[in-house]
Amino acid sequence: MENIDVLITTPVNPYLEQELDKRFNLIRLWNYPQKQEFFKNHSDSIRGVVNNPWHPADREFIDSLPALEIVSSYSVGLDHVDLGYCKGKGVKVTNTPDVLTEDVADLAIGLMLTTLRGISECDRYVRSGLWKKGDFKLTTKFSGKKVGIIGLGRIGTAIAKRAEAFNCPISYYSRSEKPESNYKYFPSVVELASHCDILVVACPLTEQTRHIVNREVLDALGPKGFLINIGRGPHVDEPELVAALVEGRIAGAGLDVFENEPHVPEELFGLDNVVLLPHVGSGTVETRNAMADLVIGNLEAHFSKKPLLTPVV
Amino acid sequence: MAGSVKAAFCSASSRVTTGVLQNLPELRFIVTSSVGVDHIDLHECKRRGVKVANAGSIFSEDVADAAVGLLIDVLRRISAANRFVKAGLWHENGGYPLGHKLGGKRVGIIGMGSIGLDVAKRLNAFGCIISYTSRNEKPHVKFPFCPNIQELAAKSEILVICCALTDQTRHMIDKSVMLALGRDGIIVNIARGAIVNEKDLVECLLQQEIAGVGLDVFENEPNVPEELLELDNVVMTPHHAVMTEQSLRDLYELVVRNLDAFFSNKPLMFEVTRV
Repeated sequence: MENIDVLITTPVNPYLEQELDKRFNLIRLWNYPQKQEFFKNHSDSIRGVVNNPWHPADREFIDSLPALEIVSSYSVGLDHVDLGYCKGKGVKVTNTPDVLTEDVADLAIGLMLTTLRGISECDRYVRSGLWKKGDFKLTTKFSGKKVGIIGLGRIGTAIAKRAEAFNCPISYYSRSEKPESNYKYFPSVVELASHCDILVVACPLTEQTRHIVNREVLDALGPKGFLINIGRGPHVDEPELVAALVEGRIAGAGLDVFENEPHVPEELFGLDNVVLLPHVGSGTVETRNAMADLVIGNLEAHFSKKPLLTPVV
Repeated sequence: MAGSVKAAFCSASSRVTTGVLQNLPELRFIVTSSVGVDHIDLHECKRRGVKVANAGSIFSEDVADAAVGLLIDVLRRISAANRFVKAGLWHENGGYPLGHKLGGKRVGIIGMGSIGLDVAKRLNAFGCIISYTSRNEKPHVKFPFCPNIQELAAKSEILVICCALTDQTRHMIDKSVMLALGRDGIIVNIARGAIVNEKDLVECLLQQEIAGVGLDVFENEPNVPEELLELDNVVMTPHHAVMTEQSLRDLYELVVRNLDAFFSNKPLMFEVTRV
């Protein structure tokens, strides 16, 4: 397969690049700062693309690669791929489900603990020498808090399982009720928010879920409520969230994603009840390598005419 | 006036020594706000017929939460990444250094009282493989027991210290335990600073003999070894594991209830009977 041209859009993982290099003729998009030159010389031969949430496969991109057969996304989220268009053109799409479920769920709980218990602020307090002057203030207990999950898929379920070990009662909102789950269902996000202490976003980003956390939901969550977002930035109306935090209308937030990464609203920088992370939900050595293996496995399967490992389209 | 005092309330920072007890000849009850009782001369109290009660298990959940929070923070670099973003340093997508997965890691819990058990229950839900060591094996605990700390460290990637500070546990976690734990090892201490040989800990961190630590307690609080202040793989909290609004409210209620019980000759909650 060394004569098959595969394009990788972003240098996300050296192991992934190295393994792709071994199997295909790998073309690195970032080596061509002049897009025109790239598309002139290579576009007709590229049969596979490895992209990620920061490099969308939209209509324009797909149309610029006439020989494209497969898009293998280094992510589980697919809001950055025009799935309908790919399906129409016969372009296969794969993602990396399951391998990152645990890490994302771990991070969600980590964000809850760090935010409610002020761990980051405590650490800053110690490092600055303030402990010598007096004790840090009281923080909020996590165990037993009511956790409301938006989206009870793989990640939502994994978050629920972990939170239950902390004696947290679990409730959820989903497109449809899941009768096999023991958790309490709410038919709207506003109702979910008004009945929980910690609201977690764990659903896919679609047209229906864009800004699913809006002003009304934040008001329902209230001044003792916390928001945790490990989904996608556009799930939340970011200016409304910033206002709610700055004005103290919700108790705090733990955020791994933002509407326009890597841009983060600066008003949040000075708030000690907010924890900000640079989209690291799946960011462990072990998981990123497992994601890379899945990307490679899918490409190999496609080009040897075997069944795809994790097809979406 | 001291001659008529029958009951006393103290915190972990007041040492209740023979000298103190001598000055309170009518004392028959001490209630401490802590779980730890290493600041009280239990032997002398028993000799004098002074009952002792501590905070029992009312803090266990908060302390276990703090232990898990510190662990995830160290493994996934939460505080370090929070600092990074708030300093305005996030300019490139996907640029932040990777952390390490918690699931599947072998965790050794030192001390299996109510705190150790709460930690075990939580980490089990994350897919960790739990073992423990304790003065005695606990028949009601389903996780494998390890008879000594060296063996536990050798078969673990993470150690969580949840035991009391006693003569036997002072400096129990020393260089040899850290070397047995290994270069990928993480230590979390929410018990007492003196259980860890702090000098060895600093040395092992600087020489990368262990991968990181989460510490709520230190040998000489509120002083913290300066070398730790420069390290990104260290997360520190100021002996804060019990300091939630709810725990303190529960504590006040417990102390008042116990003082009431003592003065009405009713049974105490969380009486400390070991010596």
